[in-house]
Amino acid sequence: MAQAESYPEDLKYHREHDWVRVEDSEAVFGVTWYAQDNLGEVVYFDPPDAGTAISAEGTYGELESVKAVSDIYAPIGGEVVAVNDAVVKRPELVNEDPYGEGWLIRVKIADPSQLDGLMAPAAYRDYLAGL
Amino acid sequence: MGAELQKTSLHELHLGAGARMGGFAGWDMPLSYAGTLAEHHAVRTAAGVFDVSHMGQIEIRGDRAPAFLQAMLTNNIEKIAPGEGQYTLLLDESGGVIDDLIAYDRGDDHLLVVNASNAGACLQWLSGHAPAGVTVTDRSMETAMIALQGVDWKRLLSAIGAGQATLDLDYFHFGRDELAGSEAMVARTGYTGEPGVEVLVPWDAGPAIWAALMNVADPPEPAGLVARDTLRLEMGYPLHGNDIDLERTPLDARLGWACDLDTDFMAVEVLRARRDEGVAERLCSFKLTERGIPRRGQDVLAGGEICGTVTSGSLSPTLDVGIGMAYVRPEVAEPGTEIAIDIRGSIKGAEVRKAPLVDTSPRKG
Repeated sequence: MAQAESYPEDLKYHREHDWVRVEDSEAVFGVTWYAQDNLGEVVYFDPPDAGTAISAEGTYGELESVKAVSDIYAPIGGEVVAVNDAVVKRPELVNEDPYGEGWLIRVKIADPSQLDGLMAPAAYRDYLAGL
Repeated sequence: MGAELQKTSLHELHLGAGARMGGFAGWDMPLSYAGTLAEHHAVRTAAGVFDVSHMGQIEIRGDRAPAFLQAMLTNNIEKIAPGEGQYTLLLDESGGVIDDLIAYDRGDDHLLVVNASNAGACLQWLSGHAPAGVTVTDRSMETAMIALQGVDWKRLLSAIGAGQATLDLDYFHFGRDELAGSEAMVARTGYTGEPGVEVLVPWDAGPAIWAALMNVADPPEPAGLVARDTLRLEMGYPLHGNDIDLERTPLDARLGWACDLDTDFMAVEVLRARRDEGVAERLCSFKLTERGIPRRGQDVLAGGEICGTVTSGSLSPTLDVGIGMAYVRPEVAEPGTEIAIDIRGSIKGAEVRKAPLVDTSPRKG
């Protein structure tokens, strides 16, 4: 089962419920606890190919539960350098560990200034409270 | 938002169990509890319990009731005796399906168990066509209904008081029994493909039945409407509103086995003509041959051309592949035919399969 609700301090958040973790010139993307809870059990992850250029605010893949399909939005733009094949094989990792083993893709950051438009954890929590 | 959702008598128990709730046919129903996959597997391997109190119950009574039902329903109601149920369909004048249902012969009356989404339409249609001497009574709000499904059903039902006669019921037969202190109608029917029963009790007795089942050692897994849908889809059971509706006749949906064209019923001449002329499209089950999940409304392709539409689609928890049902041209509907599904622009290979897609039967055990 999924962990308790949390929004780690070291991440930045996008209003479509995606997170980004910056690691030097690269960034890791995933979906938030709220997103996976809303979707329910994730049973399918359709990832982009490595090498694909994705733009900020664009969709780069899909997560599906038994009943619903959800687009995944890129918080910032970049080139896909890795896809989490573990999630392709075991999509439930998104529910079990959304900020750890359930990460989705890793990108080479195109424009670091795009990070400025994202929310800090406290702002994201406030945003969730208003939904 | 529309009117407030109705609640079954088990609503508080669902909330207490942490169910994820959702609106369905005007009712606030449990969609899942522990998780759809676990619920699905429990039903296929042990047992699951579903609150299906949202379904409609319509009582047909009177000396002329059998003749009335023969004229309204597609199947031959004379083929069942008191203590037996029958899958059958209610059609409009053009042969479209108002609902699919089970008619139970209770000796001095008949009980029709209909889909929640169509209960009002069924009631209106039947009341409007009932002749003098036939009464049509809505019992939906007086009846709680609980489905116990899976090979463990006998152990569980026995533990809450079922007698041997109930445990020995044949498929589609029903009887009366006392369960958890309440008078119950117990029918060997269901919508999962597993052996099991549907238990009908007075509205207020529903929670006691549910609680008694949950108190048995190794209780059934509470299962929601999402698991109910994946279970029926693996069996190729049509869902009204998805796979059958007012725009399709039963013959299009391969439900000819539930239509006795030698009897005289509403729109029988439409069905006879359809039988003689052949159908334009036929409902089939299919299974993806690669990763992906088909969804309702997506195009079905054969030989690179659009040849039909998906009416239901999901992941099969048992097979761990995408499965679905679709209306396609009759020659494409043959099992073994290679097709493809256009999943939001991504073309995924699939194969038409004979239902059920999983190796099980509600007649076993």
